[in-house]
Amino acid sequence: MATTGLIDRHVAFVEALRGAGLPVSLVESLDAARAMATVDLLDREQLRAAYAATSVKHAAHRATFDRLFDLWWPPAVGDPESARGGSADGDADGEELEEVDPADLDAMRQQLRDALRDVLLSGDDEAIRRLARQAVSGLGRADTQPGRQSWFTYRVLRAMSPETLMASLLEAVLAGQERGGLAEKVARQMLTERIRQFEEAVEAEVRRRLAEDRGVEQIAKTAVKPLIEQVDFLRASRDEIAELRRRVYPLARRLATRLTAKRRSGRSGRLDVRRTVRASLSSGGVPLTTIFKPRKPHKPELVVLCDVSGSVAAFAHFTVLLAFALREQFAKVRVFAFVDTCDEVTSFFERGGDVVDALARMSKEADVVWFDGHSDYGHSFQVFTEKWPDAVTPKTSLLILGDARNNYRAQSLPALRSIVRQARHAYWLNPEPRQYWGSGDSAAVHYGDVLPMIECRNAGQLEEFVEGILPV
Amino acid sequence: MPLFTSPEDVRERLATTGYLADAAIATTVFLADALGKPLLVEGPAGTGKTELAKAVATCADAGLVRLQCYEGLDEARALYEWNYRKQLLRIQAAGDGQKWEETHDDIFSEEFLLARPLLTAIRRDEPTVLLVDETDKADVEVEGLLLEVLSDFQVTVPELGTIQATQKPFVVLTSNATRELSEALKRRCLFLHVDYPDAEREKAIVLTRVPEVPEQLAEQLVRTVRTLRALELKKAPSIAESIDWARTLVALGLETLDEDVVSQTMGVVLKHASDHVRAAKELGLN
Repeated sequence: MATTGLIDRHVAFVEALRGAGLPVSLVESLDAARAMATVDLLDREQLRAAYAATSVKHAAHRATFDRLFDLWWPPAVGDPESARGGSADGDADGEELEEVDPADLDAMRQQLRDALRDVLLSGDDEAIRRLARQAVSGLGRADTQPGRQSWFTYRVLRAMSPETLMASLLEAVLAGQERGGLAEKVARQMLTERIRQFEEAVEAEVRRRLAEDRGVEQIAKTAVKPLIEQVDFLRASRDEIAELRRRVYPLARRLATRLTAKRRSGRSGRLDVRRTVRASLSSGGVPLTTIFKPRKPHKPELVVLCDVSGSVAAFAHFTVLLAFALREQFAKVRVFAFVDTCDEVTSFFERGGDVVDALARMSKEADVVWFDGHSDYGHSFQVFTEKWPDAVTPKTSLLILGDARNNYRAQSLPALRSIVRQARHAYWLNPEPRQYWGSGDSAAVHYGDVLPMIECRNAGQLEEFVEGILPV
Repeated sequence: MPLFTSPEDVRERLATTGYLADAAIATTVFLADALGKPLLVEGPAGTGKTELAKAVATCADAGLVRLQCYEGLDEARALYEWNYRKQLLRIQAAGDGQKWEETHDDIFSEEFLLARPLLTAIRRDEPTVLLVDETDKADVEVEGLLLEVLSDFQVTVPELGTIQATQKPFVVLTSNATRELSEALKRRCLFLHVDYPDAEREKAIVLTRVPEVPEQLAEQLVRTVRTLRALELKKAPSIAESIDWARTLVALGLETLDEDVVSQTMGVVLKHASDHVRAAKELGLN
């Protein structure tokens, strides 16, 4: 049933999945091979589902898997549909990029754009993918250097510029309905989704063509995006930050579940006389099983002091949201934000508040800028000790968030020392890679002497840290 | 005996019960059956994970045995337990003439065994679907128990010996991913991540579940729900909520979904006050 070629392909694919960080065990690889024998290999989606079911056991790994699958089991080989087939046949098969008359190119572009408008209106998945293939083979190839050609996503997307179609598409969808209301919002969302789908199809097609030219292994290395937990806070794109924010609540729930499990398995407290006596009734009054009261969990207060200047804002936002999502685990959560001076922002995050609003209000309304809007840790610590001398108590766990890039200003180590001394625990989370600490204007080394400084570059590291400090 | 012949067969038969599966779901269910492996279904709440198990049971004409997991679930609740009270009665009822050995053999027999879901599923002779619901709610020790039962489909009761499944049940485990299940358990299962469906399928689902709703309205409703999902909400509306919304609109006799209707009935789809505020703002409701 399975030929050697197929087995080699399978092994290479599993190897690539492992290379991208997916833990595919030998058993799972065998399962996948067995699954391949039972599904219809000519149906690509069946094959995809078979691989996904047997070898991808984490939802977060799915995007990586899909990209690699598309490379290893491409939907087509070569140039299945030539965009220029109709007008001038036979010119698409040449290896050389022949001189195309600019007028011709423009006509083709126009033709493709019209087709794009139609498929975006109809929303037919297959048609969108087909058009993406046509667009890539028509517009995506360019010379990189004499005699070498490559494929480019941005060339296609620039030539097609699907966003510019939005106005006319909206007109067509709404068909005379009132603008600006719910109907437009809904239509816009639908069209944006389809445009995104088209863009992704173009990207996938370009990767496929590149893989054909240069070999799958080569492309697979660059095609894989890091998992969202591994995304560097300092380099996250806007979409990634939104995605991270969406993960705050599931993450908090996961942490809380683990915490309850830990608490239950930990030592229990005093004997529960009432329940022990009750249980003894079923064994004739002999207390065979003793029941203990669970220990009361110790709940510290949490004070977060965070740098919200542009460079580290994403990290601060994510961590503060996480702190609030976990608020049940603490007696009290207070948040202070600073850039070059310090202000309390707890009220923006109070129960039930909306996340996006809270973040927007925090940066707009809080009084965090005093002089020029560049981070000044020293002044901020001083203001904090002056204005809120009793915020930090012996019951407090103190968390300072920031990259410690002080713009060569005074560090106010004594102020920081006095805050840290008042607290029960104090930690500094730094989103910068450890090897940059102390370089340039970073005061990380000096501050690191006062309290433990921990590298926290991505959600994964943050999760690990938070789990460690949560009170059992 | 496999229950299904091909993924297409799965899809058609599931459709007869009103469950509309996409290609991935159909193929994975088919594989779980063909390879005889448990199926672990993960995904957000309200995307039809439990429904899937029920639909498989209905269309394969199999009995459904359900084990609902919760914190503190133990072997006695999941696997089997001796009927202690009945045993006590039996001992007290034994006459003076009866020897202890006889009584002993007697009270540890089938009659005094209380089979819990896992044992029930293994002992059944008819085709069976075993649903282990919300596996992530159970403690880690239960996973160990499941591993043992699901890899060999046998249970050892010390007093009775080993009970082997005559017919492997079709096992579905569901999880909301509130915690990661152990790697060992995942390795033994096929994994299916169920997410919100695409617009076409969701519309079809709404139309199947609420046939009274006009197609035009279903289309509008699904698009609006998708717009809501794209917002940053605490709890994005699931399919279950789309269906509830459709029912609500039908009950109220409404034909279209405009700003007023949405703001009046939003409570059906959004369950947090702050989500209401956000949605009202983003969608331009008053």
